[in-house]
Amino acid sequence: MAAVLESLLREEVSVAAAVRWIARSAQSSEDDPGEAAALSSLRPLRKEFVPFLLNFLREQSSRVLPQGPPTPAKAPGSSAALPGRPGGPPRGGRGARSQLFPPTELSSAAAAEAPSARRGGRRRGPGPGRERGGRGPGGLEEGVGGESQPWTGGRRSRGAGSPGSPSLVRSDPPNLSNLEEFPPVGSVPPGPAGTKPSRRINPTPVSEERSLSKPKTCFTSPPINCVPSSQPSVLDTSPWGHGLPPGCRSLQEEREMLRKERSKQLQQSPSTTCPTSELGPPLPSWSGNLTAESADPARVSSRQRLELIALVYSSCIAENLVPNLFLELFFVLQLLTARRMVATKDGDLEPSPGAPDSLESPLFQSVHDCVFFAVQVLERQFQVLSYLDKGTLKLLAENERLLCFSPALQGRLRAAYEGSVAKVSLAMPPSAQAVSFQPETDNRANFSSDRAFHTFKKQRDVFFEVLREWEDRHEEPGWDFEKGLGSRIRAMMGQLSAACSHSHFVRLFQKQLLQMCQSPGGTGGTVLGEAPDVLSMLGADKLGRLRRLQERLVAPQSSGGPCPPPTFPGCQGFFRDFILSASSFQFNQHLMDSLSLKIRELNSLALPQPEPSDEDGESDVDWQGERRQFAMVLLSLRLLAKFLGFVAFLPYRGPEPPPTRELQDSILALRSQVPPALDVRALLQQGLRARRAVLTVPWLVEFLSLADHIVPLLDYYRSIFSVLLHLHRSLVLSKESEGEMCFLNKLLLLAVLGWLFQIPTVPEDLFFLEEGQLDALEVDTVASELGLDGMPVVDQHLLYTCCPYIGELRKLLASWVSGSSARSGGFVRKITPTTTTGLGAQPPRTSQGLQAQLAQAFFHNQPPSLRRTVEFVAERIGSNCVKHIKATLVADLVRQAESLLQEQLVTQGQDGGDPAQLLEILCSQLCPHGAQALTQGREFCQKKSPGAVRALLPEETPAAVLSSAENIAVGLATEKACTWLSANITALIRREVKAAVSRTLRAQGPEAAARGERRGCSRACEHHAPLPSHLISEIKDVLSLAVGPRDPEEGVSLDHLEQLLGQLGQTLQCRQFLCPPAEQHLAKCSVDLASLLVADHIPVLGPPSPRGLERGQARRLLHVLLSLWKDDFQVPVPLQLLLSPRNVGLLADTRPREWDLLLFLLRELVEKGLMGRTEIEACLGSLRDAQWPKDFSEELATLFRLFLAEPHMPEPQLRACELVQTNRGTVLAQS
Amino acid sequence: MILTKAQYDEIAQCLVSVPPTRQSLRKLKQRFPSQSQATLLSIFSQEYQKHIKRTHAKHHTSEAIESYYQRYLNGVGRNGAAPVLLELANEVDYAPSLMARIILERFLQEHEETPPSKSVINSMLRDPSQIPDGVLANQVYQCIVNDCCYGPLVDCIKHAIGHEHEVLLRDMLLEKNLSFLDEDQLRAKGYDKTPDFILQVPVAVEGHIIHWIESKASFGDECSHHAYLHDQFWSYWNRRDFQEKINTNAGNGTLEHKLSTWLVEVRRNVVTVFFQDNLSSEMSCR
Repeated sequence: MAAVLESLLREEVSVAAAVRWIARSAQSSEDDPGEAAALSSLRPLRKEFVPFLLNFLREQSSRVLPQGPPTPAKAPGSSAALPGRPGGPPRGGRGARSQLFPPTELSSAAAAEAPSARRGGRRRGPGPGRERGGRGPGGLEEGVGGESQPWTGGRRSRGAGSPGSPSLVRSDPPNLSNLEEFPPVGSVPPGPAGTKPSRRINPTPVSEERSLSKPKTCFTSPPINCVPSSQPSVLDTSPWGHGLPPGCRSLQEEREMLRKERSKQLQQSPSTTCPTSELGPPLPSWSGNLTAESADPARVSSRQRLELIALVYSSCIAENLVPNLFLELFFVLQLLTARRMVATKDGDLEPSPGAPDSLESPLFQSVHDCVFFAVQVLERQFQVLSYLDKGTLKLLAENERLLCFSPALQGRLRAAYEGSVAKVSLAMPPSAQAVSFQPETDNRANFSSDRAFHTFKKQRDVFFEVLREWEDRHEEPGWDFEKGLGSRIRAMMGQLSAACSHSHFVRLFQKQLLQMCQSPGGTGGTVLGEAPDVLSMLGADKLGRLRRLQERLVAPQSSGGPCPPPTFPGCQGFFRDFILSASSFQFNQHLMDSLSLKIRELNSLALPQPEPSDEDGESDVDWQGERRQFAMVLLSLRLLAKFLGFVAFLPYRGPEPPPTRELQDSILALRSQVPPALDVRALLQQGLRARRAVLTVPWLVEFLSLADHIVPLLDYYRSIFSVLLHLHRSLVLSKESEGEMCFLNKLLLLAVLGWLFQIPTVPEDLFFLEEGQLDALEVDTVASELGLDGMPVVDQHLLYTCCPYIGELRKLLASWVSGSSARSGGFVRKITPTTTTGLGAQPPRTSQGLQAQLAQAFFHNQPPSLRRTVEFVAERIGSNCVKHIKATLVADLVRQAESLLQEQLVTQGQDGGDPAQLLEILCSQLCPHGAQALTQGREFCQKKSPGAVRALLPEETPAAVLSSAENIAVGLATEKACTWLSANITALIRREVKAAVSRTLRAQGPEAAARGERRGCSRACEHHAPLPSHLISEIKDVLSLAVGPRDPEEGVSLDHLEQLLGQLGQTLQCRQFLCPPAEQHLAKCSVDLASLLVADHIPVLGPPSPRGLERGQARRLLHVLLSLWKDDFQVPVPLQLLLSPRNVGLLADTRPREWDLLLFLLRELVEKGLMGRTEIEACLGSLRDAQWPKDFSEELATLFRLFLAEPHMPEPQLRACELVQTNRGTVLAQS
Repeated sequence: MILTKAQYDEIAQCLVSVPPTRQSLRKLKQRFPSQSQATLLSIFSQEYQKHIKRTHAKHHTSEAIESYYQRYLNGVGRNGAAPVLLELANEVDYAPSLMARIILERFLQEHEETPPSKSVINSMLRDPSQIPDGVLANQVYQCIVNDCCYGPLVDCIKHAIGHEHEVLLRDMLLEKNLSFLDEDQLRAKGYDKTPDFILQVPVAVEGHIIHWIESKASFGDECSHHAYLHDQFWSYWNRRDFQEKINTNAGNGTLEHKLSTWLVEVRRNVVTVFFQDNLSSEMSCR
């Protein structure tokens, strides 16, 4: 594996080729033959490359990242031992990060050589409870202490080095509670499976939800109370030599080498501490000197190598070759926020001089390297980053290291932050209350006897009593679910004799479960969650701050690292414990049936499909509703599936996989008989086919996350995992095309799948399966065009709700800012939530919260249709309100903007200044008026809602109920409208004003005059005039005839010319079909036509042959044109073109030259006021500058003189002719 | 008037490598006296545009431009009054207006330090008097008035036809009392791509429901039809479900083509209907 990396570094193989090689088994035709050859020799190792790379990176970074929780990764085997390098790079003392899958066996030879090995890891705390807190300081302490330790080659031993090694146990007083050193029985399966390393998933911290209940041994990889066994590890005695040629080693070989290395280290590590002393709390002084080193881009060593590996790594991430995208991001952010390098004693930080660009030297030689590498990777993952929540983006954008290493990336992040609206609250939603009595199902008719009905009612009471007690007491220290409630629950279950009573109880149980645990969907949660938003946007800044503070206090400290094992947070704990305490087979069976049914029902629910790409602001309002509905269904499904998984796999659950292969086989044989509780495979296939993966996969993942160790080995589930792996690989984020899944939908699926692949019960080698097994189950996904997948149904809020562990990125960055990571032994916010328990249980009851609860209570006692009606009315009125505000208030403001702009333009002259500036001025004047929107919106909802509610509810509804319903509808509608308005009104006004400004400015432009005072056609006009398009086409034909080339017999008849000008008059008078551009072209063509008339260039048909027009005829036509120009054209006519050098030049070609028509035209122009004398004089003056034949310029000069000399005469025609006649005489004489 | 596919093919057949000049159009009219000039010109223009699209690139290589320019210079050197540029265009089988643009661009490159901007060139083509060289101005003008498929005048004619048909259509809709939103109103509502009219209450035409109308005012041949579907139609489709359109043409549409279009698009609940001049008679209101 290292060989592949080496050949990449030596640039024998391009990164693209390597990634292709990893992603696909077959060689691509794009590959360079040389590269292909280099890679094909390594073919057997192909699938091990990615795990190798991941482990390599973590190994390399181990010295840099002593703080914070480890970044686990489930990459099997393939340790980072480098072939042929006995003196390998210094490795960190903390296996947790550096080696995810430490070898589980110690070679006997090595063990024998290391009789008194001390390992740094030994100093760690005793149990998982200390895992998080103790890790950071522990790591540091080791690092600091390491300087005084006489190691050779600066090597550190690893914490999780060799569990179960007999020699170790003998040599030291064993710390039996250290899980890493003494993993539970069976976590190291011997035999062929024994080569599997143990998982390095963090043991679950003992969190508050869990501490009070029974030990959930099944949910953490090593159970908390496991006693180390004396079972011998499988010892591999084969001695491995060093110096085997690179490239030919299998994973196993490499691992063996690593093992060897480690045993050497063990030998060298001195024993310093007695483990018993480590059982105490971490000493505060441990973290004393953990200040962050500043990173400097100039001090990065071997840039090229880092860039290359960053590129390979990023490509692997981009191609979804890594199991968990967010885990890798977390790791990269850890590198970015690395505080300092753990110093080593000797100078092995220097790269080995011989091979600067190989793997020989450590990859990260300093914090600078780490940050450089991290920034390189982040640059390539910008797209994903840009979809993170606003808080994370802010922290990233403000990270000074990022700014220093890549200002460009920082700029993009800042822009993304500014454009982001994804405010995600990490607070837990409040819990709702009891399920109401359901008259449709809970009535006597549904029970077999009075007694059964009575029993059910009693059970109901007991159930709620138990629930209340749990709510009140479960956070008290020392309270135990089983002790406190177990017997009562079992007594109650004992009363459920008849099957139908079970089903009734299960229905109640399930309803209650949904109501209490479905996070953001419930109305109660929404009201509580959103009301402060509205207020804070209205300016109640303090309230917003209060809310953030509350969020900090209430939000769980950490959801358990970037890959927490499945847990039952909050109220879910109650239901889980209830199931466990009840331990009733009948109840479980009924529950499974009921959950399966509900899952099927919700999974196939036809979710509305609104127009996805409608940019219209109005539908935003509706779209939010659809999105909320999707979120509700998805979260319900996840919850139900989680409990179904929990109950279905409950009987098989054990803390660890079966110890022997034989046992496993027999269990497999047995289990493959059992049909699945719910045919999830079929549902998955359906979901993929209908392009609803975004709905199906998240709940399926929840279901599978609770599976036991055997499940992934069963054929049925194995095929599901194959499909999921296939799906995971196909969700390449950078692919964006028509019909692709929306980005956030993909991100959600990647997050949940990535999480699933890290669950302890999922075999670690599963992810890196060969593709051959992947297409075991081909799914045809082309069937439906518009599935949910293609719609933006997922927003950041849903993403973070489903995957709270993504929030770890934000916490990590926040801890960098606060600098608290060292002191609090991990990344913890500054406010340590020591008092959260009291606060968290009882969210502050604002009057709004109380109101919401009252509303809930009200609906509780009414038929469900009442609630639906009220919600429907509120939803519609709220939406209508927004539309109404747009049509009234905003439209008024736009009109104001237009008139203000007009004033501005009048005072400032035509251009009015910079449009952007104008817009700013206008917006600053108008946007404050947006505040009225809320008042008006409130009035609107107040006015409209009651009537609608009254019309839709039955006539017989009691007055009090009706008025309450109306009030609630008003409240909900107002809230909906005001939420939208307060968030969007300013943007809306801006948008509309901007459009108005650009409209007005365009109207001010050059065409404005043309559009200025347009007359329509007269009343009597019947719009029968020829169409402008026809006329332009006709005139164009005449022009082309005149300009030529033409056949000798071609020409125009005089009648046609006259008719054409007549039609032009008609068209200009009937303006029905005339648009300004057409009129402008007509004007220009008429001028061209006049010039051709003047120059006598129009061939007229007639006996005997085409000839010029007679002068009288030409003059008549010019008269018509002059009157059209004067009276009928409403656009400016480019008359100056008559005197353009080109048009006057037409005269130069004619013999004899006819000047009189031109002079006639000029005089008429002046006469009719179409052109001023001075204007004409200017044109004539500029004509003289052009180059003409000598005789022509002389004639032109004469014309000029004549025109100037001409006194303003009422009858100019006659005299002009005479003058020109004489003039022509001279011309003729000269020629 | 609805053309059969055979008629259409026959016309198109006559247009293979014919220069886009007045003379060609006249011959076409003589050959198909039953067709209106507008129809023939529309078909001519579309066929010619297809031809230009295919061959456009080869006229824009630097070698080609250089050789055209030299030929032009030689030609006007011999006789500035001869239709040098027009003949050059016809000879190399390229649109005269486009040839004029090439030569003008080249000329300006030679005579000015900075390469000419597109807007300058466009403005000179609209008004050749602005061209500093008198001979070139005349040559360019000649090309433009003689080109019946390209050039500012032709563009203006096309634009005018489109506008006129929109007005016609609006009148018909008003006459029929159909409530509609026009393009401006739709734009004001924030739609970026809009058809000409959206009917607020759909109507049925020939058994198909019409939601909106797009007037293309040009001959609906297969190629342009496909292009419009691609450029405009699917963007509407993405914005409103189940929409159908009427394609009002300058007066033409092939019957067979109409049927085949239906076959293609009814599958997606879309119908494209070609309408004759007499739109109102075919439109029924329910």
